[in-house]
Amino acid sequence: MATSTSKAQTGQGRRGPSRAPGGEDTGPRRVPLLHRLDVKGAPYAFIAPFFVVFAAFSFYPLVYTSWISLHRVELATLDLMEWVGFDNYIALWNDSRFWNAAANTLTIGVLSTVPQLLLALGLAHLLNYKMRGSLFFRIASLVPYATSVGAAALVFTMLFERDFGMINWAFGLVGLDPVNWEADKWPAQAAISAIVIWRWTGYNALLYLAAMQAIPAERYEAAAIDGASRWKQFTHVTVPGIRSTIVFTIVLSTIGATQLFGEPLIFGQGPNGVTGGADNQYQTLGLLLYEEGWKNYQMGRSATVAWAMFLLLVLVFLAHRLIQRLRSRTS
Amino acid sequence: MTTDSLPVRTATPPRTAPKKPAPRTGRRLLRPRAGRQHHAGPLAYILLGITAIVSIFPLYWTMVAASTDNTRVSQTPPPLLPGPNLLSNLARAWNEAAMGKAMLNSLIVAGVIALSTVLFATLAGFAFAKLRFKGRNVLLMLVIGTMMVPPQLGVVPLFMMMSELGWSQELPAVIFPTLVSAVGVFFMRQYLAEALPDELVEAARVDGAHSLRIFWSIVLPVARPPMAVLFMITFVHAWNDFFWPFVVLDMTNPTVPVALTQLSAGYIRDQSLIMAGALLGTLPLLAMFLVFGRQIVSGIMAGAVKG
Repeated sequence: MATSTSKAQTGQGRRGPSRAPGGEDTGPRRVPLLHRLDVKGAPYAFIAPFFVVFAAFSFYPLVYTSWISLHRVELATLDLMEWVGFDNYIALWNDSRFWNAAANTLTIGVLSTVPQLLLALGLAHLLNYKMRGSLFFRIASLVPYATSVGAAALVFTMLFERDFGMINWAFGLVGLDPVNWEADKWPAQAAISAIVIWRWTGYNALLYLAAMQAIPAERYEAAAIDGASRWKQFTHVTVPGIRSTIVFTIVLSTIGATQLFGEPLIFGQGPNGVTGGADNQYQTLGLLLYEEGWKNYQMGRSATVAWAMFLLLVLVFLAHRLIQRLRSRTS
Repeated sequence: MTTDSLPVRTATPPRTAPKKPAPRTGRRLLRPRAGRQHHAGPLAYILLGITAIVSIFPLYWTMVAASTDNTRVSQTPPPLLPGPNLLSNLARAWNEAAMGKAMLNSLIVAGVIALSTVLFATLAGFAFAKLRFKGRNVLLMLVIGTMMVPPQLGVVPLFMMMSELGWSQELPAVIFPTLVSAVGVFFMRQYLAEALPDELVEAARVDGAHSLRIFWSIVLPVARPPMAVLFMITFVHAWNDFFWPFVVLDMTNPTVPVALTQLSAGYIRDQSLIMAGALLGTLPLLAMFLVFGRQIVSGIMAGAVKG
């Protein structure tokens, strides 16, 4: 829960409740039934919009996805659904593009998430110092967050251009050979990860910073008295102090990583980028989902990829859980 | 799914109202003795300076590339200073690449989504924070749990639904699924649980005010600063949302991110035109950050999970 308090307390008391003018008291005595209905019903009415929107546009599609994945449905004739049982799943299992996309999603996910969160941790630590211009640095680190995937990916695509891109030019200045960022597998995945890292590091850093500021100062003093160095204080006070925020960001960026779509698509130069490069070298599951549905017109296949994505996510979290449990057992 | 891994403390806040008035609206009031109090050394300034440059440089270079012409952009060494063609390139992007229409569409989409999210999230946040009802905690956990559902999973049925409704390629297809967000509900709940004294609500209740009236005359005035922040953050997200608009809209009626993909897909790639489009699509958000940067920063920090 947020620790900040009393943000907007200025003068609310004055404007507090007052009876309706003219002694028209519509209090509980006059309309007890209505009042009871209000007290009991209003909360549900207030939260209803969220649940209605979620049910209609998230939950229902989610469930219906599994039903569609058992059918053959084509984009042009969405009404015609032909039952095929688990054929789509079997086809997907035997499709090397699927395994390639799953592996790419995993590697780009690691390449983008791990450095991103580590950098964010370091940045938050720096932002936590007392200093001049702290607001400037905070806003500056948030600028990439305000940039859309489209704009960011377009600029980075140019910066990573093979022949005239600024990054290869800088490589040349320090005597390195130019890298073929788009065509080679690992450079392409690194470049795509760089876009993700650039966009999200500052945002995560602010989340960490907020958590760091909630750590009681006494803990640092106690550690200092125990003779802990600055680094020890960071690893033994700061990091454990913001543990739950770290878990939160890991969860969110993992979900983001499994769905990666815009960055590789635009890096592959627009709508023709759905294949994720000439050899699918950076095709993610998100791109494969789109390719199956909207380029090959096989909506059933597309829904199958969606379920596979979900499964991958569950597996990642189970693995995370398992590692945590093993670690807590050993320590 | 792994809802329980989300570390949210849902304990009821202290019943007494916080007494200290905030020095400035919308700004975090730090606990007097929380956080580290070291002063930054020169190294910290240098590292932060580098971070700021890395954060801003791509956008600066977008502007540089948008202000030159296609041949100049493709030279080595690449240009580092702005050229003379900024306005003409922006105008070309506006006219030729349908950026004008895309910007208007994005403005409508992001504006409507942000407004409705703020309204519905404040209503729900108020209910979760201050009203008592059966199943409150379970429902709140459900709201938080929905944050874990990746939106891409339902994209195929959603697309079928929209074509049945006749909304494919239309803006409502983009607006309706995101009318309210779990993050927004949770954000408002967290704020109201702390900032709105229970006594105020109960006193109004005793005076016979019905729930909607309490919402209107007590909750709304208190909730104004976080509502403004939620509006801006939702606006940014809606403006930048890519996957679903890309799927359901086409190039005749795009939002900004969708239009940007078209720019880069042309057969004759005019790099400075592409960059002009990218710059145009980012400018409104950058302007917002320049004016309300402080509020957005404090809003993101206030919405963070702590402890």
